[in-house]
Amino acid sequence: MRDQDYTLSELMSIVASRMLTNDDVCFVGIGLPSEAANLARLTHAPDIKLIYESGTLVTRPDVLPLSIGDGELSDTALSVVSVPEMFRYWLQGGKIKVGFLGAAQIDKFANLNTTSIGDYKSPKVRLPGAGGAPEIASHAAKVFITLKHSTKAFVEKLDFITSVGFLEGGDSRDKLNLPGSGPQMVITDLGILEPDPITKELVLTHVHPGVTVEQIKEATGWNLLVADSVKRTEPPTDKELEVLRDIKLRTKIANSGAAK
Amino acid sequence: MTEILKLDEAIKKYVKPGEALALEGFTHLIPNAAGLEIIRQGIKGLTLIRMTPDLIYDQLIGMGCADKMVFSWGGNPGVGSLHRFREAYEKKIPKTIEIEEHAHAAMANAYVAGASGLPFAVMDGYKGTSYPEINKNIKTIECPFTGQELTAIRALNPDVTIVHAQRADKEGNVWLDGIIGVQKEAILAAKKAIVTVEEIVDHVDEKTGGTVIPNWVIDAVCEVPHGAFPSYASGYYKRNNNFYLSWDAISRDYAKFQDWMKEFVLETKDFAEFYKKLEQENYA
Repeated sequence: MRDQDYTLSELMSIVASRMLTNDDVCFVGIGLPSEAANLARLTHAPDIKLIYESGTLVTRPDVLPLSIGDGELSDTALSVVSVPEMFRYWLQGGKIKVGFLGAAQIDKFANLNTTSIGDYKSPKVRLPGAGGAPEIASHAAKVFITLKHSTKAFVEKLDFITSVGFLEGGDSRDKLNLPGSGPQMVITDLGILEPDPITKELVLTHVHPGVTVEQIKEATGWNLLVADSVKRTEPPTDKELEVLRDIKLRTKIANSGAAK
Repeated sequence: MTEILKLDEAIKKYVKPGEALALEGFTHLIPNAAGLEIIRQGIKGLTLIRMTPDLIYDQLIGMGCADKMVFSWGGNPGVGSLHRFREAYEKKIPKTIEIEEHAHAAMANAYVAGASGLPFAVMDGYKGTSYPEINKNIKTIECPFTGQELTAIRALNPDVTIVHAQRADKEGNVWLDGIIGVQKEAILAAKKAIVTVEEIVDHVDEKTGGTVIPNWVIDAVCEVPHGAFPSYASGYYKRNNNFYLSWDAISRDYAKFQDWMKEFVLETKDFAEFYKKLEQENYA
């Protein structure tokens, strides 16, 4: 693939998709995580089990869902369970290997906010809220996070913790006795951040092609730590780009007609 | 015994000002027709309970029917904000709205507790999050056997739960299939229950799949074809994603919203007329 024959948004989804393996059982958030998880299923991880909080177990959508409960998800699922069963047996019961989350905001310890910005009672921005994210973040064996890089999204301290990453860093997550091990990677449109093994603060470990370390530091709302040897992300393959563009096109066509 | 009623009769009989209502539906089978009938009848002072409030709660809030919303994710899925809810909460337009906010796991558990005759649910959740600080119905509890710290959530018991389903039989047994969300629990947790259905048939059972909710826990069944629109009824019609996209523009400005609601909801006599008008104006 020639350099820059793709957008950074496309690259973000492709890099995020590579984090998933064929053996994973993945609880998928709507939006960017859903795009990445389905791309993984349609490329290198055909047997991955995708689960959405609406109750669909092992779903294989042909187009990307606009909502977490689209008919496309239940029509192509192995099984559809009730929402209480989903959260009690499957998530709380420890049957999920990977949680894949997006967010409006993230802090340096990978805590997430999708609830409100500013004072809770008189917010600057009222966001949709938690959905399934808090217990995905605490109960999935491991967590991947994907969101676009900006100083509005990457903030030193959150006004509201919707979902816990490593709380205040160090062993503060361990002290909560959560079943899951927490965020492993944060994949953005500029690079990849990973928690330091001891302090749990996010460290820049990969830079996407055509992006500089300085650019990423400028798009981060705290003094971002940079790994001693930052790696360059592998650019998208022709196959990855083709599959991603195909499913996005199918989705666009499906959403454009007044479907009766 | 379950009565087969017209929707306006059922709403008039069972939904009273000041009550706590759950109009449940998880993307699928959202009881939109019932919500619009509540708006037509001008029933106010309501507490609106739902895990995923979307367009119908935006409409009820914008029309001033709600004093409070209990929820775990409030948005127009895949599109953006609920503008009427946000303006009510952020700017008190048309009036103040109180909120009680949860995560999905807690709210699903709260319905299960309500359906099970328990005062609270036990779960392992919310640890490290800000939710216990803003919701007094989240408490910590110790397991009497292991000493493990767990979370207690006050049960949800709506005064009235309303859901939409694909079919009911003439005795009022209800059958639904596809994404079933938390509908069964919401009905069993409620003091009264109304179900709107796509069609009333001779007989329903689970032999070829689906879920049946028996009639003695349902007070009224109303036949309302397309009653979930713009949500969907699996096997009948698809989700109208275009309408969800259109709602963003209709609802963004309060005056425009009011005009639209007047023209399409208040000036149509029932859901059938509303739906016909949507078709004529290329919304449906």
